Amino acid sequence: MNGPDLQRSLQLFERMLLIRRMEERLGDLGKAGELPGNVHLYIGQEAVATGVCAHLDDSDWVASTHRGHGHFLAKGGDPRAMAAELMGKETGICHGKGGSMHVADVSKGILGANGIVGGGVGLAVGAALGAQLDGEGRVAVVFFGDGASSQGVISEALNIAALWKLPLLLVCENNGFSQFSPYETVNAGDIWRRAEPFGMPGALVDGNDVHAVWRVVGEAVARARSGEGATLIEARTYRWRTHVESEESFLAAPYRTQEEVESWKQRDPISRLEEFLVSEDLEKDVAAIRARVEGVTESAITDALNDPLPPVSRAFEDMFANG
Amino acid sequence: MAKATFLEAIRQAQYEEMSRDERVFIMGEDIICNVFGTTTGFVDAFGTERVRDTPISENGFIGAAGGAAMVGMRPIVDATISSFLYPAMDQIMSIIAKSRYIYGGQARLPLVIRSCLFYGNSNAAQHSDRNYSMFMNVPGLKIMVPSNAYDMKGMLKAAVRDDDPVLCFEDSTCWMSKADLPDDPDFLIPLGKGDIKREGNDVSIIAIGGAVPLALKAANDLARDGISAEVVDPRSLVPLDKELILRSVRKTGRAITVDPAHQTCSAGSEIAALIAERAFDALRGPVLRVATADTHLPFSPAIEKALYPSPERIVAAARQLVGIRQPENA
Ligand SMILES: Cc1ncc(C[n+]2csc(CCOP(=O)(O)OP(=O)(O)O)c2C)c(N)n1
Ligand SMILES: [Mg+2]
Repeated sequence: MNGPDLQRSLQLFERMLLIRRMEERLGDLGKAGELPGNVHLYIGQEAVATGVCAHLDDSDWVASTHRGHGHFLAKGGDPRAMAAELMGKETGICHGKGGSMHVADVSKGILGANGIVGGGVGLAVGAALGAQLDGEGRVAVVFFGDGASSQGVISEALNIAALWKLPLLLVCENNGFSQFSPYETVNAGDIWRRAEPFGMPGALVDGNDVHAVWRVVGEAVARARSGEGATLIEARTYRWRTHVESEESFLAAPYRTQEEVESWKQRDPISRLEEFLVSEDLEKDVAAIRARVEGVTESAITDALNDPLPPVSRAFEDMFANG
Repeated sequence: MAKATFLEAIRQAQYEEMSRDERVFIMGEDIICNVFGTTTGFVDAFGTERVRDTPISENGFIGAAGGAAMVGMRPIVDATISSFLYPAMDQIMSIIAKSRYIYGGQARLPLVIRSCLFYGNSNAAQHSDRNYSMFMNVPGLKIMVPSNAYDMKGMLKAAVRDDDPVLCFEDSTCWMSKADLPDDPDFLIPLGKGDIKREGNDVSIIAIGGAVPLALKAANDLARDGISAEVVDPRSLVPLDKELILRSVRKTGRAITVDPAHQTCSAGSEIAALIAERAFDALRGPVLRVATADTHLPFSPAIEKALYPSPERIVAAARQLVGIRQPENA
């Protein structure tokens, strides 16, 4: 498949930048003690969610992880409703009941983020099954980490999806760490190679190159939409920030070197795309996008900060369909 | 004897038992990195063979702990947060709890599965479970929920030496509380022995895990009203020190159970049923339950906190039982 055209590249740039700026602002708020609970930031991995979701419509499905802000925004989730959710506000996308680890917008096909590692896998298989039964050419995507690849449900999903030829993409974001354990200490072999024994296509892609992700996913989505079944994609990437924003307060020793982090920052997916766009004489567009993203981010955060908290009665709502 | 935290009590218990018996080993996610400080210095002392990082495969490694136990090892599994026991429900409930019985007593499964109750801090519904009572409903699992560092150390050491599977639930609201910890390597508190944490005559408050400090605070407040509350800490739920509970209720004639779990089918409910069945004649009023509402735990701190038991709710229940109304604007 060819790469995206320049117009599309600008869109990819804008979306990646929105994810980055929103999370930088939220990270700062977290550090200042303004966010409750535990926050897992996606910074550094933006090319994966963006390159994948660029191929999806609102009627397609994604299931997400504890590190789900990028998936939410890439799939078209509202920045202000996400920020408000992280602050536990009434206006949050889940009325403050889910928080950072559970952002969801089912109306946009975002089935939701899960705090349980591997939690979204079954849901995505089921969404793909629903899509197949519907016969309208929808696809489902499940994002999961290298750590999550060790959950039994991944093997079960590979088998079911291959057996039933489901319109599913299993997208593993291998950021090198399962929490604080480096990949090699808790994983045997390569994740993308697990597709082959099930007779499913498997692909390895540079997760810091949004064009590469866009191409590989484009082929997989086309196969899925035309009834040719599922694909396993492993995107190699890196998270720049801590696993969880609070970790410095409790970890006794570092689990990775500063040099390693810096070397990955040299491969920043956003700067890479920006350099390309500038080389194509799109400097003005880039500047306009930067200004626009700044505006969206600023008003999302400011509005959310001013939003009201939910009433206690909210705690008792949504247990069952009829109350 | 030195003052140390609940987490340090866990570390000491594990360290002492691993030093004593080389069949004891520990595994779990990020053990080597030592997230909560319960394995500090373990790799240096015992090596990576006995201190093992696992993949995120709870059903796999908890099942493996059962198998290792069956062939003579004495594993300690650190499952970190109790919500992460669910992927391993199959192995815990169908295999680990039942193997000894279905094989006619041939199998022994001496393992300890540790996990913490991680609630009250905006961790939202998928991380905040206080789920010991659902394991009580399957026979074959011993269950401990200690409420202070002293009990934690003595009971965890006893659990490692126990020949049956033990689930050790660690209430994170107790993590930083301190107690004097004995350094006698054979300091043991047997499972199935409860403890009176405060003596009293008017009402028995039977509290579980992190509810014990709340009950003690409530008892202090009640004393100011002239109500003398006895605080009973079962410490382990299976086996349960029924006689201790019944003796206390027969003395006071009133009972309140306090359980951080959701009320329906909670340990507190089971204890209330026990009291109603076996001490009915001594009761001067209904057995009251203070527990968490039967709704999931929401993320927003604005609406989470009110759902749990609190000293105020315990005081209100006690006043209701002894017939003193709440002050008008309390
Ligand atoms: C079933 C389960 N086990 C353990 C955890 C604790 N935990 C949260 S994130 C995480 C690591 C996940 O690693 P990975 O899947 O690679 O995702 P990443 O954090 O790198 O994005 C672990 C062990 C959990 N949330 N759920
Ligand atoms: Mg990872």
